[in-house]
Amino acid sequence: MTTLTLTQLLAAIPNKPRQSEYALSLTFKAGQMWGILGPNGVGKTTLLHTLAALKVPALGAIELNHQPITSLHRLKLAQQIGIMFQEHQDGFPATVLETVLLGRFPHLSPWEMENEQDLALAHAAIDRLDLSPFRERALNSLSGGERQRAALATLMAQSPDVWLVDEPTNHLDLHYQVAVMGLLAEQANLNKVVVMSLHDVNVAAQWCSHVLLLYPDRPPIWGDAKTLLTQQNLEPLYRQKLAMTRLNGKPLFVPVA
Amino acid sequence: MLDVKTRHLTNRRSIAWPLVVLAGVSLLSIVFSVTQGSVSLSPYSVWQALLGQGSGLNQTLVLELRLPRVMAAFATGGLLAVAGALMQILLRNPLADPYVLGISGGASVAALAAILLGISGILMSGMAFLGAVLSTLLVFGLASRLGNMATMRLLLTGVVIAAGWGALITLMLALAPPYKIPGMLYWLMGDLSYASTPWLAWCVLVPTCLILMPLGRSLNVLARGPLQAAALGVNVKSVERLVFLLASLLTAIAVTTAGSVGFVGLVVPHMLRMVLGNDQRLILPASALAGGCLVTLADTLARTVIAPEQLPVGVITALLGVPTFLYLLQRGRL
Repeated sequence: MTTLTLTQLLAAIPNKPRQSEYALSLTFKAGQMWGILGPNGVGKTTLLHTLAALKVPALGAIELNHQPITSLHRLKLAQQIGIMFQEHQDGFPATVLETVLLGRFPHLSPWEMENEQDLALAHAAIDRLDLSPFRERALNSLSGGERQRAALATLMAQSPDVWLVDEPTNHLDLHYQVAVMGLLAEQANLNKVVVMSLHDVNVAAQWCSHVLLLYPDRPPIWGDAKTLLTQQNLEPLYRQKLAMTRLNGKPLFVPVA
Repeated sequence: MLDVKTRHLTNRRSIAWPLVVLAGVSLLSIVFSVTQGSVSLSPYSVWQALLGQGSGLNQTLVLELRLPRVMAAFATGGLLAVAGALMQILLRNPLADPYVLGISGGASVAALAAILLGISGILMSGMAFLGAVLSTLLVFGLASRLGNMATMRLLLTGVVIAAGWGALITLMLALAPPYKIPGMLYWLMGDLSYASTPWLAWCVLVPTCLILMPLGRSLNVLARGPLQAAALGVNVKSVERLVFLLASLLTAIAVTTAGSVGFVGLVVPHMLRMVLGNDQRLILPASALAGGCLVTLADTLARTVIAPEQLPVGVITALLGVPTFLYLLQRGRL
């Protein structure tokens, strides 16, 4: 059972030193689907980067299966923790297939070539995200939503135990929003740890089992999604008056002007 | 729309074949180049000379004059093309070139200073090399002062330093006594007629290609951006440093061997990417071979086209490179 444990963790947000009561102490467990919610600039992305060991935390420690992530080699870490970024970097021109195949990088030794199995995994990820017509297309000729799906396909080819996903529904139309959240839920069912940042509280309400609410001006709270996603908790989170209704037993929040 | 070629490199054979073909072409171009010149030789008499047979004149011509120069040309081309391919990955910019970061500028200033001071031969090569190293350290030091080496800062620092060297070169040309100017211009355009020892260039080119082989996959990932590379397990900082230092070393050796020969590092990796795809495990060794062929043949042209007069090889590579590159740009392939 994969676990990602945060102990008194404070992410290093530039120019925003935080006191220790803002620290996070919680465990993300296999099979859980976590949504990180909070207003713009509160540090959702920074937290995800810190969990992926791409940023050094200001305070505290992160353990993957009870081992400090700082003690793991970066390549070993990449076999177990994968992250999809919110902003897609414009690298050197490359096709969708080449990009997705790079997800296999941490699983191969320097002298090893991608084998049939790696190629099959990449093709499966491409098919799963409906990208097969774009297989040979240059990444920078794709639309924002298609690139988002290509990034997710890369993560799928990487097949880590911990999925860190920064705003998975960005750029996606309604059909693919549902398809992508379905894919992430499927991964959680396969006993992966899924942690994502979300700007849409209703997506979190519909799909997440757990949420972490990052407030700008008070300590964060975390736990079961059903108990935490209430008007009392969310209105101060976004500093916005909300109305709540229910649809198929799940809460639905609407901002009130 | 951008047309990028994908190769599904699933086994070693699909990498080996293009390299075998390129190696064959390289060998042919070297042989051809040795046979050409003010006196044409048959491949058979070249072979005899290599075995230590045949007339003494032929032996001198092949072993002491042509072969060292041809080998120097080949190594120079290989060094420049590999340096270009590395710079393009490092800066994630298909238009990057070994000279863009001011490395050759530093070498040129030092070499011109040597010419002005009446220094020649090995000492001048040594000064050119020191100039290239100095420029590299200057760019590297300034660009990575704040800890991490942001690509944009590296590029801008390099371009500004290159412009500074350019100004110094102009100043030196303006102040130089007239009889020294032709030699200085020849050096600036790249010239292989003084390249007597190809060994240094080969001794750098071959080990570098070997070092780069297991690094190819990391470079493939690095081409997607440093953050993505780090997320996939690449130690970005050390790989970037290694690539920068290797590319600088290759350029410094090439400039030391032959002066500044332009466009090889820009054009060769590009053409190869169009045909072979963008897998660095293939592109880097292929660049070494194809760059070698290009400069070897360009130098043969430079030696023979208006023989017995010689042209600087940089003129030939630029005259070939500029239209080719503009054509590629017009085709929207970049």
